[in-house]
Amino acid sequence: MTMRLFRFAGLMLLLALPAFANPPGKKAEASAQEGLQVPGPPFSEGVFPCSSCHDGKSLPVDTKRRELAMHSEIVLQHGPESRWCLDCHDAQKRDRLHLASGAPVDFTSSYQLCGQCHGDKFRDWRVGIHGKRTGSWNGAKQYLLCVHCHDPHAPRFKHLKPMPAPARPEAIQVWKGGAR
Amino acid sequence: MTDLNLTQAPDDCATGSSCGSRREFLGTAVASVAMALTGCGKLTKEEFLQNHFKQLSKTEIETIISRLESEYKAKYHKDVKVGVEPALPGVIFGYALDLSRCIGCRRCVHACVKENNQSREPEVQWIRVLEMEKEEGVNLQHSEQYYNPEEVPREGHFYMPVQCQQCKKPPCVKVCPVGATWKEKDGIVVVDYNWCIGCRYCMAACPYGARHFNWGEPHLKDADVNPATHYLGNRPRPKGVVEKCTFCIQRTRKGLYPACVEICPTGSRKFGNLLDPKSEIRQVLETKRVFKFKEELNTQPNFFYFYGV
Repeated sequence: MTMRLFRFAGLMLLLALPAFANPPGKKAEASAQEGLQVPGPPFSEGVFPCSSCHDGKSLPVDTKRRELAMHSEIVLQHGPESRWCLDCHDAQKRDRLHLASGAPVDFTSSYQLCGQCHGDKFRDWRVGIHGKRTGSWNGAKQYLLCVHCHDPHAPRFKHLKPMPAPARPEAIQVWKGGAR
Repeated sequence: MTDLNLTQAPDDCATGSSCGSRREFLGTAVASVAMALTGCGKLTKEEFLQNHFKQLSKTEIETIISRLESEYKAKYHKDVKVGVEPALPGVIFGYALDLSRCIGCRRCVHACVKENNQSREPEVQWIRVLEMEKEEGVNLQHSEQYYNPEEVPREGHFYMPVQCQQCKKPPCVKVCPVGATWKEKDGIVVVDYNWCIGCRYCMAACPYGARHFNWGEPHLKDADVNPATHYLGNRPRPKGVVEKCTFCIQRTRKGLYPACVEICPTGSRKFGNLLDPKSEIRQVLETKRVFKFKEELNTQPNFFYFYGV
């Protein structure tokens, strides 16, 4: 049993090696080359890097679809019948995601993953129609990743409480002491 | 009334200051007539005799700006910068709003008030969000601006924020009897608050309800004052003048996005240079279903509504 665990850890290390040889900065550069200045993804505190728990040693990889004991705060409302964690999260390179093709994607470029299905939104986002841009209309722009506005596990945009309505004309007259 | 002023003028003279020349005497007399006419004791001689903004020389503008800045300093106890940045060459601003994304949360309305130094009591708002029925489509007779549910968007409704459409043929400019409002080269329709006489013809002429009047002295707390202002934009206004959205002229002429664009949580608001083929606004116009509000009036807005979905 221990031998198996060791062998497994060795395998994980081997698998992880190319990931280290290919530093995460490289993908970020790719997005910079595309002219996309994306901020870091909005992780919940303490969850990243995933490999701090999913190091392949203390937690063996189990690719069977099941109810998880951990991460109970995540309720999947994103096609839950046909989807589960490892369709997007990578079982081997724990700190990365993967496309349908199996090609790994960094969390900083997660828009590529979303764009596989939501191609029309992805196209619009790239040219600035979908989503929000801040910064300068004639210069450097700050984009947002899909996941800044849409929770990837429950992507529907949340309802909001509206800010106060304008004062009715009557109310303004009352404020003025009714004098007009 | 004239008699009163005539008798007053020598009194002023006796107490001493401005009797040096005929010109100065006339200035004082005119200012006191102005005071009597406008019922506004605070109008200074310089303010009353100030020329039209477009006819001012560089030095005159500098004098006016420093006068305004010291007035604001005295009133709000902080340094308010009044800019006069001109229109950028090769730029015509355009705006597009995604009706399929807006959820009517009114974040834009209040970010605008904060950015543009509107009166808080009563609160003047340059953006009005209309709640409309999906079944009716864009139909003003089925719209409601005072909606206030627990959560938006409400089932079966969509939301249409309306603000100044920065028309290419602005009816408000056409009707202004004194030329206090005009269209700048970058397409922004501006108001010179020092030239506006408060007749409100422009408000009657505007088919979008985009102009607002300061019925009372605008109430703006020191802490609420945004000190980055523009002469033709968000500098604090006096009582009795008309004001309107200027696409945040104080921001956009420096390359920033308007405040409403930056705050929108759904990214429904798009802004950019209509002359730049790569701008977001051009992408919207070229690839989406776009309409102009009240197009039949031929006001030719530079503000567009579109459906992103």
